[in-house]
Amino acid sequence: MLTKRIIPCLDIKDGRTVKGTNFVDLRDAGDPVELAALYADQGADELVFLDITATNEKRKTLAQLVDRIAHRINIPFTVGGGIASVEDVRILLDSGADKISVNTAAFKNPELITSLASSFGSQCVVLAIDTKKHADNQWYVYLNGGRVATESICEHWAAKGVSLGAGEILLTSMDHDGTKKGFATEITAAVSQTVNVPVIASGGGGIPEHFAEIFDNGADAALAASIFHFKEVMIPELKSFLKSRQISVR
Amino acid sequence: MKIVIIKYNAGNIRSVQIALERQGITPVISDDPEVIHAADKIIFPGVGEASSAMAYLTERSLDSVIADARQPFLGICLGMQLMCSHSEENDTTCLGIFEENVRKFSTSDNSIKIPQIGWNSITNLKSSLFEGINENSYCYFVHSYFASIGKHTIAQTHYCGEYSASLHKNNFYGVQFHPEKSADVGASIINNFLKIPS
Repeated sequence: MLTKRIIPCLDIKDGRTVKGTNFVDLRDAGDPVELAALYADQGADELVFLDITATNEKRKTLAQLVDRIAHRINIPFTVGGGIASVEDVRILLDSGADKISVNTAAFKNPELITSLASSFGSQCVVLAIDTKKHADNQWYVYLNGGRVATESICEHWAAKGVSLGAGEILLTSMDHDGTKKGFATEITAAVSQTVNVPVIASGGGGIPEHFAEIFDNGADAALAASIFHFKEVMIPELKSFLKSRQISVR
Repeated sequence: MKIVIIKYNAGNIRSVQIALERQGITPVISDDPEVIHAADKIIFPGVGEASSAMAYLTERSLDSVIADARQPFLGICLGMQLMCSHSEENDTTCLGIFEENVRKFSTSDNSIKIPQIGWNSITNLKSSLFEGINENSYCYFVHSYFASIGKHTIAQTHYCGEYSASLHKNNFYGVQFHPEKSADVGASIINNFLKIPS
């Protein structure tokens, strides 16, 4: 039986792991390769690395880091952050990444998704969407790490992204990110029902119960960062808890 | 031991190369029929689309090189599907090593996502490829098409129904999942393949 996935996320800045609260106030949480290996040993199902300072001069450093990670761990991993072209992706996949995630560049240039899917296959194209609920009760798409609002409705952009070739949606609720008060069940369920590709819920996971709740609301995978980095939730215990709730995990 | 990974136009060759490097083996990546012919073991990976992959192989006569291989041969994911008779993906005639047809997952249940992405359990394990691997071990799958269960099936799994997780005929092995990304279970399966006498 296909299992629900637990995905630790490592935000990378200058080769180190960092995690902010609500996208600001970054704290150092260690060496990404060591942390990645630790999570793989603990039973993480995948890993996501987001390079939050990705710039052209840093891209070579990122490729070297990806190569180190690939030689160290034997589970799939996704790399994102500042990816804007087929060539960016080719370098990362050639360095050993399994998937890449695109966000702002894909929103500004949706054909990027199609180009990536036709060059490398939909299975390695993850569309990352940062979203926030407005007073009109609609969830809107945000760009540039949550700094720039758009007038696009989250579900609409998710559906368009999938029709263009995205193979997975990584959905981050900015309202929940960093709060540890639970994932955004409402928008995760809505996106999961809208698209026929897996949805990774991100933002707000604080205790094992939150993971059970989001899997019951249609998430195929759940992503979290600081609770793993600071050992507030340990993956083996999280998985035991989910099994006790009859949720299929590895 | 000389391990050759067949180079063609279907991704993830690098992942397989790195998985072997993790085990201290430096594979050769080649589309040269002579190099492939001289290998002790051949790995045929693949992530991509069936018809363009078959067209690429045929154009370079790699189709007959593969079919004529006598060494232990492992097809992974699309590689395994291309070793079957036919794929529904763009109505593609494949290599015909395994007499199985490859079909697309289909379901009326909207909550079932296609492609299948993630860890699924493998059962009814047979052959030395799965020596020491427990029933219901988890492997990492990413695919929209599957090979049905038949006489060559040596492992099966379930998604929109039961299907072949692995096939075996003579020196030819195929796995639908990605052993190079399936943690320690996958590393053991790769090791088992490397131990099969040439």
